[in-house]
Amino acid sequence: METAYKQNLNMSETLMNRINELLSRYPEDKKKSALLPVLHEVQDAHDNWLSIELMDKVAEILSIKPIEVYEVVSFYSMYNRSPQGKYMFEFCKTSPCCLRGVEDLMDYTCEKLGVEVGETTADGLFTVKGVECLGACGYAPMMQLGDFYKEHLTKEKIDQLIDDCKNDKIILLDK
Amino acid sequence: MSKKILLDKINVPGIKSYEVYRQNGGYASVEKAINDMGADNVVEEVKKSGLRGRGGAGFPAGLKWSFIDKKSGKPRHLVCNADESEPGTFKDRYLMEYIPHLLIEGMITSSFALGAHLSYIYIRGEYMWVYKILERAIAEAKAAGWLGKNILGSGYDLELYVHCGAGAYICGEETALLESLEGKRGNPRIKPPFPAVSGLWQNPTVVNNVETIASVPWIINNSGDDYAKIGIGRSTGTKLISASGHIKKPGVYEIELGVSVYEFMNSDEYCGGMIDDRPLKALVPGGSSVPIIPHNLIYKTAAGEDRLMSYESLSDGGFETGSMLGSGGFIVYNDTACIVRNTWNFARFYHHESCGQCSPCREGTGWLEKVLNRIENGYGREEDIDLLWDIQRKIEGNTICPLGDAAAWPVAAAIRHFRDEFEYHVRFPEKVKNRAHFVDEPFEKVRHLLQKQTV
Ligand SMILES: Cc1cc2nc3c(=O)[nH]c(=O)nc-3n(C[C@H](O)[C@H](O)[C@H](O)COP(=O)(O)O)c2cc1C
Ligand code: SF4
Ligand code: FES
Repeated sequence: METAYKQNLNMSETLMNRINELLSRYPEDKKKSALLPVLHEVQDAHDNWLSIELMDKVAEILSIKPIEVYEVVSFYSMYNRSPQGKYMFEFCKTSPCCLRGVEDLMDYTCEKLGVEVGETTADGLFTVKGVECLGACGYAPMMQLGDFYKEHLTKEKIDQLIDDCKNDKIILLDK
Repeated sequence: MSKKILLDKINVPGIKSYEVYRQNGGYASVEKAINDMGADNVVEEVKKSGLRGRGGAGFPAGLKWSFIDKKSGKPRHLVCNADESEPGTFKDRYLMEYIPHLLIEGMITSSFALGAHLSYIYIRGEYMWVYKILERAIAEAKAAGWLGKNILGSGYDLELYVHCGAGAYICGEETALLESLEGKRGNPRIKPPFPAVSGLWQNPTVVNNVETIASVPWIINNSGDDYAKIGIGRSTGTKLISASGHIKKPGVYEIELGVSVYEFMNSDEYCGGMIDDRPLKALVPGGSSVPIIPHNLIYKTAAGEDRLMSYESLSDGGFETGSMLGSGGFIVYNDTACIVRNTWNFARFYHHESCGQCSPCREGTGWLEKVLNRIENGYGREEDIDLLWDIQRKIEGNTICPLGDAAAWPVAAAIRHFRDEFEYHVRFPEKVKNRAHFVDEPFEKVRHLLQKQTV
């Protein structure tokens, strides 16, 4: 893998404390088990993406080989290997949500933000994505935004959400 | 109102918190199991209850527990499967979000029964706020003495942790889940050995669904026999159903197994009937992996009996005319839905989620998606329908884990019951170019075109 983008590493004391707490959940000789939860924490503390340098750092902390981190990061869809928009609108596009109109809503959002699905707005504020069933099919159409779900969406609610994001009124992480 | 045993307290204000949960009789099953019963009797009660795994396969929970290898002397583990990623399914999330201590109580009682001292709840990474709810609830339970060393002065120790995934449907398969919990890619393992012999870190492990484990406290507090009295035949107890699609009241409902599909669909206690009172076209009763059934086989089986919400009745007729209860992901389609589009959407899902270890699954799901995509968008050929049949048949039964079957079955069922809709797509490509084709003009209104054009 190549380093396409640069990232400043910030392994703060809070982050390291949380990592150590996560590590304590597994037997002494099974620290690799903490890899997925640790990657979530590290990614959250680094603008929602993981550079090679950051993955190498995680490998060092868990005393595993860098490849063991890369192969996991590339397998799971929630880890990002390039910078993302600050607000990532992840619409569920699986069938039950389609039955309740998510495709029209995605079109609306994309048009409003001037992007295609998968793209980020020029100001780096928004990314629109289509993801698979998020376990909210009864509350469709819906999307994931940070650690939370936004459900029973309508065009009006999308307008409101975009405004709230621009005005810094959205809480992204559940810390 | 039918019997509720999982959601009976869901509306008690503050039931999310430890205090309120405890004041309402919470954690009594732990006391009873540890103080009065002993581990083997807990397993016995669960066996008697007839409780079947609620993750999809419906394997008897007590029987699974009795397979756990106690002779090897290795540490044992209970792992709760909270990966919940089967399209149409959102019931586990509901339980964990609104009454988290029920799952934790179930985990403690069940871990005690299995002699496990280190147990985990594996939750999908997207449920991050629920992960935090569980973390906080575990901390509360621990502070109150239900976890840790020497629980209730009995000498029994248990640590329980929640662990999060990171976006991969395949990690719901129990051996993939264990790989993931070990910090690896979610590649399913070849069985045997089964987890009961060699699971997490090669230790004997039981993997159970959230709802399965959450049913244990009631069984212990009342009795296995009482549980077995609820439900119908071998479908004992209650089941959470996640209802979605074209119904008036989508949501999570607890049903007594054995209510009729008609009642579940139409009564105000449950789905409340079809949205806008449009005609019912099809039903997927157990999550995206189970066969779709057409309207004439929904309320009645092929034999003309009432179709019931039970493991047996929903699968009555086999795959020819029946389906499966599966995870209870109940997806309802009205006449505006396009079955080809739905099948393509699910095929795309399975292709995306295939772990890639077996060629029939990795390649086959890709082909299914591709061919379905071109049919749906008006570029299909007449022979594509048989090609799809052929591909799905070659995937089924030829893979390491059941994801391959799960990708194949919905395609087979769609062709079996809705072949004319596929033919329509192939023969009238101009009419399906707009993705909302059946919203504008439901298939029932245009099906006659096919008659004129038979080849
Ligand atoms: C592809 C695939 C995905 C699965 N996803 C889930 C899931 O999300 N949750 C679940 O409980 N079981 C899931 N299962 C079933 C599990 O492998 C396992 O049978 C179940 O967790 C056992 O628990 P139970 O006996 O309590 O149902 C899945 C199986 C397969 C093949
Ligand atoms: S059937 Fe598919 S998901 Fe299952 S192990 Fe094989 S490739 Fe992986
Ligand atoms: S299909 Fe969208 S949340 Fe399940």
